[in-house]
Amino acid sequence: MFKKKECVAMLLAGGQGSRLYALTAKTAKPAVTFGGKYRIIDFTLSNCVHSGIDTVGVLTQYQPLALNEYIGTGLPWDLDRNLGGVRILPPYQAKKGADWYRGTANAIYQNLPFIERYNAEYVLVLSGDHIYRMDYAKMLAAHKKSGAACTVAVIEVPIEEASRFGIMTTDEENRIVKFTEKPKHPDSTKASMGIYIFTRDVLTKYLKADAVDPKSENDFGKNIIPTMLAAGEIMMAYPFSGYWKDVGTIDSLWQANMDILGKEPVLPLYDDEWRILSRHENAPPQYIGEDAVVENASITEGCEILGTVRNSVLGENVRVMAGALVEDAVLMGDTYVGAGAVVRYAVIDRGVRIEANATVGKPKTEAAGITVIGEGVCVAAGETVADGAIVYDEEKEEAK
Amino acid sequence: MTAAGLIFSNIHDAAVPELTGRRTMASIPFAGRYRLIDFALSSMVNSGVTKVGIITHYNYRSLLDHLGNGKDWDLARRQGGIKILPPFITAYDNTTAGRLYTTRLEALMGVMNFIDHCPEDTIVLSDCDVICNVDLQPVMAAHERTGADITLVTADVPAGENAIDSHAEVPVTDKDGRLIDIAPYAGQTGTVTICTDILLVRRTYLRQAVQSAVSHGYRSFYRDVVWRNREQARIFTYGYDGFFARVNSLASYFSATMRLLDHDERVRLFYRHDQPIFTKIRNSAPTRYVPGCRVTGSLVADGCIIEGTVENSVLFRGVKVGRGAVVRNAILMQDTVVGDNTRLSCVITDKNAVIRDGRELCGHETLPFYIDKGMTV
Repeated sequence: MFKKKECVAMLLAGGQGSRLYALTAKTAKPAVTFGGKYRIIDFTLSNCVHSGIDTVGVLTQYQPLALNEYIGTGLPWDLDRNLGGVRILPPYQAKKGADWYRGTANAIYQNLPFIERYNAEYVLVLSGDHIYRMDYAKMLAAHKKSGAACTVAVIEVPIEEASRFGIMTTDEENRIVKFTEKPKHPDSTKASMGIYIFTRDVLTKYLKADAVDPKSENDFGKNIIPTMLAAGEIMMAYPFSGYWKDVGTIDSLWQANMDILGKEPVLPLYDDEWRILSRHENAPPQYIGEDAVVENASITEGCEILGTVRNSVLGENVRVMAGALVEDAVLMGDTYVGAGAVVRYAVIDRGVRIEANATVGKPKTEAAGITVIGEGVCVAAGETVADGAIVYDEEKEEAK
Repeated sequence: MTAAGLIFSNIHDAAVPELTGRRTMASIPFAGRYRLIDFALSSMVNSGVTKVGIITHYNYRSLLDHLGNGKDWDLARRQGGIKILPPFITAYDNTTAGRLYTTRLEALMGVMNFIDHCPEDTIVLSDCDVICNVDLQPVMAAHERTGADITLVTADVPAGENAIDSHAEVPVTDKDGRLIDIAPYAGQTGTVTICTDILLVRRTYLRQAVQSAVSHGYRSFYRDVVWRNREQARIFTYGYDGFFARVNSLASYFSATMRLLDHDERVRLFYRHDQPIFTKIRNSAPTRYVPGCRVTGSLVADGCIIEGTVENSVLFRGVKVGRGAVVRNAILMQDTVVGDNTRLSCVITDKNAVIRDGRELCGHETLPFYIDKGMTV
């Protein structure tokens, strides 16, 4: 017998993350390493757990291997439950045919049986590519109190950036009166965070209607929200203040990593009450060598630092040999930086070898852009990788 | 050959009273993020020994908290896994069976039920005062090849090292590695071969030898089971050549920790192929090196926030070092808070210690200054 769950979360993790292509060639975006010992999805999963939501469907489609393996039974997040817990929901073959997820709404539509199984009254729709810490329980309480059909979390953005977001125009009670996707002339600064709570019956009705509409792109932002609004459903904005970042571009991913540094980090990770839970290797403590220089850095287990590390975020098992310099860089893990090598203003994926005296990127102030090196690439001794270059192993990709 | 493990968590507690005041030898924190039992447990798990009984005696709350259901060692299993074996004291029973055991032999007698119910043919015994990373597979192979009743794992250590104290047992063997005597350490120089207290025993032999020793009123496992039977039983030794340290005093704890600041020693202990050391996952954030800090020659676990200077030290998870503080040759256990402008040298702080701003504390490597769990200075 299945016990009822008041609210289940549906986490959209199928995006390709094409703007991060060198990093997402082999990995779905939610499984990209962040902040040294996390994956992007850890933030949403931890938020769910800390908000008391213990049933999470993770909708995967693109390159799911790393993500599936990472989530596993859900043990690191205490989501290995007898009832509920985390479930990977890939596209499947049904009696009437098989289909990929055609859009965010279609992904949820195809998994309505999952929501029905738990007889959930509310559905929390999340995306797996945002970095933030948020108590969904408070948002759910607001949703219940307002009696809305849908509540959308919004964050204030500067007016000059508003045209990059889906903008909600609200009345003084926070009821949404207008929604414009990436408006040229925004009339509000409340940007949608891609976090929705729906009352289940209403959601089911609109998803079913959307599924048979041939003109629909089956997307929440483009179709479901505008249709519901046009039909006069009560839709509320839930204002959120705090750190929130869409890490969909190399620049924003780099910046979000840098936000964990400093004396008072913009993105604090040291809250014992709201720990970001993750699956990680069992590596020994980091070792900082006798001649090492470490200034303003975040370093994790298994690292051996013999050279200089400045303004950088290092993942597990990074070795920085004597005389090497790592500056303004994100090294995701299992990285080797040989003696005398220089890495500046760069994002380096897992398993990269930068041999002795190689040069990657230029100082941040002079560089044309962030240098990106994809998984498993080896930069030969003495070689130079230009500033702003994006290097990844295409051959290996094509061979697949 | 199949094997089950038995770990004695309390046996050497008295050697380090400072650290075992409120915990077992097994749960003494070590090397930034481990507890001593992690070495014995990891060695067993990595060698395919996945049923492990842990003999506890007293003070075992911290150990239970550390082990949980064993999942961090992959020992949360329906078949086998971790079995905690606390003293089995029967109310109103005045026979020896119901009494709290005091020796290794009595402890083994007390867990005879566990030994009886193991279908495995060999029992691996280990203590928690040794820090090493033994691959038990070749030991098991040798045990089988020699047809041994008991195989003692030995280690070669330099004389004068802290691992050798007056109680050290020095096995004497013939050319085939068969034990002919166990002699106390008599001040030899050079390299001395000592017992690691890790041994493989044929299960039926263990059962019979322990019962026989107990019925004769004997008290010591090494003297009465191993040494007395050296001629009748087939007892062999196996030399382990990786990292080895024994904690038998606060000074030896300090020196064993400091050895890990050497790259080769870390490789010998932590980076043996396919033999990681597992421990409880705490989900700490990475360590943050705040602008203005200066850290050199140190082993640092996750979750620390460092603003001051740290040299030649070992920092456990969640340690905070304030601005202007200078920490040298120190071991700071989990969640220690070091205030601004303090000076620490040769200091061991236990968990949750607080050093207020401006304090100066100094010990010596032979007599480290120890600050008790939760103390504020």
